[in-house]
Parts: sequence; C-alpha cells; structure tokens
Amino acid sequence: MDNNQTIFDISRPNRFAGAQIPEMGSLSDIPLHFLRDSSPCLPEVSEIQAIRHYTNLSHQNFAIDRNFYPLGSCTMKYNPRGAHRAANQPGFLNRHPLTSVETSQGVLQCLFELQEILTNVTGMDAVSLAPMAGAQGELAGLLMIRAYHESQGEAHRDEIIVPTAAHGTNPATATMSGYKVAETKVGADGDVDLEHLKQVVGPQTAGIMLTNPSTCAVFERQIVEISKLVHDAGGLLYYDGANLNAILGKVCPGDMGFDVLHLNLHKTFATPHGGGGPGAGPVAVNGRLVPFLPIPIVGQRNNQFEWFGSDEIPNSIGTMSAFMGNTGILIRALSYALMLGREGMIRVAEYATLNANYLAKELEKAGFKLAYPDRKATHEFLITLSDETAKFGIRAMDFAKRLLDFDIHAPTTYFPLLVPECFLIEPTETESKEQLDAFVHAMSTMRMEAQTNPRQLLDAPHHQYRKRLDEVKAARELDLTWQPKSKKTAQTK
Amino acid sequence: MSDTPSELKYTKTHEWARLDDGTVVVGISDYAQDALGDVVFVELPVVGDDVKEGEEVAVVESVKAASDIYSPISGSISQVNELLDEQPELLNSDPYGEGWIFTISPTDSDDYEELLDSNGYDEFCSSEEHEN
Repeated sequence: MDNNQTIFDISRPNRFAGAQIPEMGSLSDIPLHFLRDSSPCLPEVSEIQAIRHYTNLSHQNFAIDRNFYPLGSCTMKYNPRGAHRAANQPGFLNRHPLTSVETSQGVLQCLFELQEILTNVTGMDAVSLAPMAGAQGELAGLLMIRAYHESQGEAHRDEIIVPTAAHGTNPATATMSGYKVAETKVGADGDVDLEHLKQVVGPQTAGIMLTNPSTCAVFERQIVEISKLVHDAGGLLYYDGANLNAILGKVCPGDMGFDVLHLNLHKTFATPHGGGGPGAGPVAVNGRLVPFLPIPIVGQRNNQFEWFGSDEIPNSIGTMSAFMGNTGILIRALSYALMLGREGMIRVAEYATLNANYLAKELEKAGFKLAYPDRKATHEFLITLSDETAKFGIRAMDFAKRLLDFDIHAPTTYFPLLVPECFLIEPTETESKEQLDAFVHAMSTMRMEAQTNPRQLLDAPHHQYRKRLDEVKAARELDLTWQPKSKKTAQTK
Repeated sequence: MSDTPSELKYTKTHEWARLDDGTVVVGISDYAQDALGDVVFVELPVVGDDVKEGEEVAVVESVKAASDIYSPISGSISQVNELLDEQPELLNSDPYGEGWIFTISPTDSDDYEELLDSNGYDEFCSSEEHEN
C-alpha cells in the first residue's frame, strides 16, 4: 500500500460503513438553524479500509512502546500499564467534572493524596495540581512570585534572571508574566558563573529560574550560594522541574532553597508524554507562597474531602483551567507513586543516573567526546560531535537521522546551544544494559560509516517510512491545513 | 574555515559591521550563519528606533534555534533589509552581501573603530571553540 495516501485518497463516493452511525433521533433536539445543509467533506471508506489506514499510520510512529527513546530533558520513560489500568476504571473515566463533592470522595481523595506525596517528595509546604502542563506550571509559579512581591509592597521588582543555557520556556514564561529577562552566564564547567550572577542580581530582581540538574546535564554545585545571593537581594528561587528524575527522593528542591517549583508529571511520574500531552505541571511552594496557590486545591473539612477555591484561598492567582487539570493523568501519577513507594522513588533516581553514567563512559571509551568530561553525568549527559563535523563533515543532525535506522529515536540535538553539534542523551531508569550497549554499538557503527561511507549518514534515514525531510521547506512554508483536491465528494451526497 | 573579510568589523556576539558613508551596515558573520544552520525567519528592527550598543534588535530563527541579534553600536536604525522577509536564506548564501540585516546611524562614529577587527574576531571564534 502507498504510504503517502491520505484517507481522502482512498475515499469513493457512497462507500460507507453504517453499523456505528448514531440514529438521527439523538440529534433531534438541536435547533434546525444549527444544522448544516450540505454534507460534511468526510472520507467515504469501508470499515476495514478505515481500520487498515489508521493501523498503518500508527506503525509509522516512533514511540516509547516500540523503540528506545533517549530524548534528553524529556524523560521519555516507560509508562507502566498498571497506572493506565487504575485510571481507566469506569468510576474515574465516566465522572463528570460537575459531579457533587459527596459522590466524588474517591477521586478527591486520590488528588489529595497526590498533593501530599508531591509536597513530601519536593520538601515544600503545599502543592496545587491545577496547572495542566510544565509551561502552565511555570506561569503559575511566576504569577505567584509576582503576587508575593506585590503583597510585600515590592511591585517594582521587574526582572527574572535565567541562565544562558536555560530551557526556552523560562525566558518565555518570564515575558508572559510581564517580567524583563536578565541572563546570567554559564561557566566552562557547566555551573552558573557566580561572579557574573553577582553583577546581575539587584533590587530589581524578582527571582531566578533554575533547573537543577541544569540543562548542561550537571548538578549545579553552587546552589546554596546562588540561593543566598538571590534571597539576600530579596528575590525568590524558581525550580524548573524538568530534570527532577535525577534527584527524585534523593534531594529535595526545598532543601536547596527553592521557593516554588513545578513538576512535570508526564516526565518524572511516567504519565504518557509526547505529541502534545496531555501533561500535568503541578506547582509546589514553601510557606510564603501558599496564600497565592492556583485553585482548586483539594482540602479536608468535617471528615470530607472538598474543593478549596477563592473562599478558602482569597489571594490565589486564580484558576488555570475550567476544572481540575488533566485528572486522568493525575490519577496515573498517583498510581505510579504508590507502586514505587518511598524506596522505589529513590531507586528511580539511582538507576536513572547509573544508566546515564554507564552510557556516558561507554561512549567515551568508544571515542566520543563528552561536553563536560570532568563532571559526573546526572540522569542525562551531553556529547559534542564537533570533531566528527570537522573531520568528516558529518553533523549531529546526520547522526540523529541515521540513528533512526537502528530503531533508536534520536536524542535531543543542538540543545543547549552553547555546546556545538551536541546530543543531550537521557536513557532513563527503565532501559536495560543490553539496550544501552545497543546504543553504543549504533553510535560506533555510525562513526565508522562517517569515515568509510559518509553518504549513509548524509542521506539517512534509509529504512523509515519517510526519508530525510526537508526541514527548511517545512519551516519556511508551513502548511498544516489539508485541502480537498475537489469538493465533489461532499456535493454528490 | 569560515570567511572573515578583513575590511569589516566584528562583535563577540557574531555580528559584522561596515562603515558606509556615515552609516553602519550590520549582518551576521559567516561563522554565525554556519553555526545556526538554515535560516528560516528574520524579525527585522523598526526603522527610526533608537538603540543602544549590545541591545537586542532583531531575531534570526534557524531550523535549530532562535537567536537574538545585538546592535554593535548605539544609534538609530535607518534602514532594514526587507528582502529577508521573503528570502531569509540570503543570510546563509551571502552573509556579507545581500544578507545584510539593518543599517544604523551611529550616535558616535568612534564606536565603530572600537569593534573587533577580523584577526581579533577569528581569534575569539577559535578560543570559543576551544572552550567547548
């Protein structure tokens, strides 16, 4: 079958499978003037054609359920089926968000317990599960920092500091929250340049956003000094939870001096991830920010779980969505946390860092250059392919494309930008030693090909449904709207 | 090895500058366009805006990343290269010619003389590479 065919290409007029079409009777209460008078332009195919089309499309997916996915900073770990099973129970699945508190005690208790677990594991004082993604968690965090400064009569603080290597979301969030962005440099060892930070911090500082382990994949060793420096100037510390996997259960962001953080449950807590979510970015805060937490929060009153809203938290920054985030994802995260237990969570961090350090050492032995050879890897690490680029004219992007032919998803490429031709590699704790060895083997094979048969890399991938895509054309002439070649199909009905 | 014409001046943030009849033409260096990869979008400054040395004035977006372009000197933006709206690839194919980004009327023309010369810029690029 032709993989380039859309479902509209196989459509033929008046071919349809009616077995599952709802009876028109169920539409009868829709007022006539809301009903369309022409047929929608839908593909007309048999049931088996539809099934084959979408099943074949699904085979083109490069997914964690099919392949190794060492995408740095994204923590693409296995999503345990037990957590899906728990969240797919009809009581959770079919509950309407407006169901009364009395008949929702089960789901409220789940959310309450998740709040407690996340508060505990982060070393903070309270958690709100409301934000629906990491970026929304960041926004909630900075709006709380803003609300705090305003409550202290310090509304003039208008600057958020971010390191030059930060995730792009950090400066974007600061700007979205109405702040100016001040950049602080990163030193040659991957840590924040403390001397430069001293020049950037001042009475205008509202806060600093840090990821620890940092985006350079190393543990920020001067975090206590940074914390003191920023706090002494009256600023607050924001922890970007993207890299929490490396320290889960081992180090608490609260102990490092952070005032607020978001957790990416879709990374660290193994809920499905990629292709746009659904995500969950709960925020955890220490005492001084508790009054500003986004609502709703689940609280307890008279031996009953209840939604706490603007009555209980009058200074809240408000709601982040119509109801309570992506509840199904929150239940998966709770299931994952309960399956692991406290000791299991520590093992997550230990195996995540063990796997990354093993892989880093093996790649170094195989002749690849680590970006920070003197530093221990965290849950991820950076290699630079700049030597291969200089010697063989093969760039990180070519290695990334060729890796797909080995049935391995490419690591994060070209991030952070300060390391040229880099791969940010995160194996996660769920991969076996055999899989890690297969990755090293693939990398070594490619390095050999770079010398003997560079076209293998330059023209890669060779064994995928799609060959090398024209990324420049895709970026310059972005066209996401499918247009029917002819509207005849719609009119003949 | 990237191309660094000796008649131009440079910054550590990889812009080039050329004094042309009292105004200064600005673009990005060959080294910069090579590091960025294929450029897909250029956000131009606004003509008439007063800018300070080191201020972010434009954005260049490539398939890899979006990068700020900093003004090499203080002054007022006098012209922008509108060709780049339709043909951002000029930054890759002709960084020192048709790929110029904007011109600036300097507040103080001495500022131009203080920028790096081609030797200084080449040295800076190789030390930056060495660091990594």
